[in-house]
Amino acid sequence: MGYRDYLIKRGLSTIPMFLGLSVLIFTLARVIPGRPARLALGPRATDEAVQQLREQMGLNDPIWQQYIEYMRGLLQGDLGQSLISGRNVATDLLEYFPATFELTTLAMLIAIVVGVPLGVIAGQHKDKWPDNASRLFSFFNVSLPPFWAGILLQLFIAFQLGWLPATGRIGDVSPVPVETTGLLLVDSTLAANSAAFISAAQHLILPAITLSLAPVADIARMTRSSFIEEYDKDYVEGLRTHGIPNRLIAYKYVLRKSFASTLTIIGLDYGFLLGSAFVVEIVFSWPGMASYGVEAILQKDINAMVGVTLVVGAAFLIVNFVVDILYGFFDPRVWHEGESE
Amino acid sequence: MSDTEPTTSDASTSTLARQLEDLDRVVYRFRQNPMSVIGLGIILAFILIAIFAPWIAPYPSDAGYAGEPAVHYDQKFEPPSAEHLFGTDQAGRDVFSRVLFGTQLSLKIGAVVLAAAVSIGVPIGLAAGYFGGRIGMVLMRITDVFLSVPPLVLALSVSVALEPSLTNAMLAIGAVWWPWYARLTYGEVLSVKKETYVEASRGVGASSVRTIFRDILPNVLAPITVKMSLDMGYAILVASALGFLGLGAQPPTPEWGTMVSQGRDYLPAQWWYSTFPGLAIFLIVLGFNFLGDGLRDMFDVEVQ
Repeated sequence: MGYRDYLIKRGLSTIPMFLGLSVLIFTLARVIPGRPARLALGPRATDEAVQQLREQMGLNDPIWQQYIEYMRGLLQGDLGQSLISGRNVATDLLEYFPATFELTTLAMLIAIVVGVPLGVIAGQHKDKWPDNASRLFSFFNVSLPPFWAGILLQLFIAFQLGWLPATGRIGDVSPVPVETTGLLLVDSTLAANSAAFISAAQHLILPAITLSLAPVADIARMTRSSFIEEYDKDYVEGLRTHGIPNRLIAYKYVLRKSFASTLTIIGLDYGFLLGSAFVVEIVFSWPGMASYGVEAILQKDINAMVGVTLVVGAAFLIVNFVVDILYGFFDPRVWHEGESE
Repeated sequence: MSDTEPTTSDASTSTLARQLEDLDRVVYRFRQNPMSVIGLGIILAFILIAIFAPWIAPYPSDAGYAGEPAVHYDQKFEPPSAEHLFGTDQAGRDVFSRVLFGTQLSLKIGAVVLAAAVSIGVPIGLAAGYFGGRIGMVLMRITDVFLSVPPLVLALSVSVALEPSLTNAMLAIGAVWWPWYARLTYGEVLSVKKETYVEASRGVGASSVRTIFRDILPNVLAPITVKMSLDMGYAILVASALGFLGLGAQPPTPEWGTMVSQGRDYLPAQWWYSTFPGLAIFLIVLGFNFLGDGLRDMFDVEVQ
């Protein structure tokens, strides 16, 4: 099997996963014994009003019929009406998604840039103090509730020291960056608007660091263990006897071969990062999809929440698809031996 | 790829008798890891606090002990002092007492969530692994679909149809947590199934139920236990996140996540209100992570 066949096969396997996911989310949101229409309208609504909303939301139809209707809409970019905004959920998501995407992507980049070297250093000094320190650091990171870590950063960095803004996505800047991609860093760069870029970057730092804490730890631990496994091999000893500097051996040869397992954990962590975004966006009043999702839950806006969950699930599937593609690139054994899946 | 590699380990292949013989070495291994001893210490301390909260807490009535939480508006927002170690909240309640009482809730949440996850996930994993074939494949595909959404997000989407309460939050998290156990059990069963004694048990005509419960289950308990102790911290984290978002316990219940969220409205001036409940979450989760890591070394099992 060639690399291309592997890509196609892997790509196709995403489709049933997405369908399964849509059935799951749809079912969970409708079958669970709640009373969405009643909850949405509040305790004082009349029975007629509740009945009317149920009718309007299609909640009186059999569940499979509701699902088919929903998927038909989905294919046309229609996710149903949001009860909060009164607009189509797809329109809302398009507006809020870029903010979340910008935040989570930057957080993941921070996690990789910090986590990988940390893992390599720990691996090079196995069971010595740098390894123990990195281990302890990782334990601390994964044990921190993200919302609390965010609040502590706000208290110290924003309120106490006044270095960075505590909330929001951009300050009062003029001119306001023109929206093209919705990613403020990209938009302000395209418009050569340095004031907007700096303001957006300053607002991004604290929430991105907060989100990156747990993935940093995971990536460091994973890099460490795969690094150690690789570092023990004979060829490393060979390189060393040839007088190649340790740093070069570590980063150029060993890391490259052990990076594949780090990639897998990156894919997994991206999902957890999207989860943490739900609390972190609230802490930093970040106008993203997760804030929108939380509002949707509190207001019992089922269509909006189903839309948000689907996007999160789809993003997770896509990230893991990309990870597997890269994995195949770093470690061709997964498709060479013809044993994918 | 999405299939788990069945893991073989010492613990899962040895019989119960040999495990007992190994106990000395196991305890030794546990004590060799200072972090696991610290973790055990932290957790024991929290368990003691949970049990004795009514006697340790200086103002138990502020945490709702025997009735609704008391209010003392004349003492609101007092900074930490000898009388109020962690200061007071917007209703003049002692934050320290409330944090102590929150321990009970936190441990209870973690235990209920995991009990739910294990009682759904383990039977599914056992069935899928033991019977295999089409049933096994369908069960594991369903499991994979659940695993394709981060637990917190899935729990959130369940809670949209429910009224916000502590019970519903535990229900929502438990309902989305089981796939991890199904998958772990499945992998373990696959590796145990090939053992000679399982073959023998079936060979002499033991029923499926007997084989599963007498010969297979005892051997997959070690990795499940380790995973539970590692997950306990994470379950508490997720539950506190739901509390923080206003979807779990409702104020004035002294639940830590809910308290952090309430305190957020009064930052930065009343910093203590959010800080101390958050610190409690951090410490208990850290304790479970240390402990779980020690147990993993001790039983020498891979859990993910």
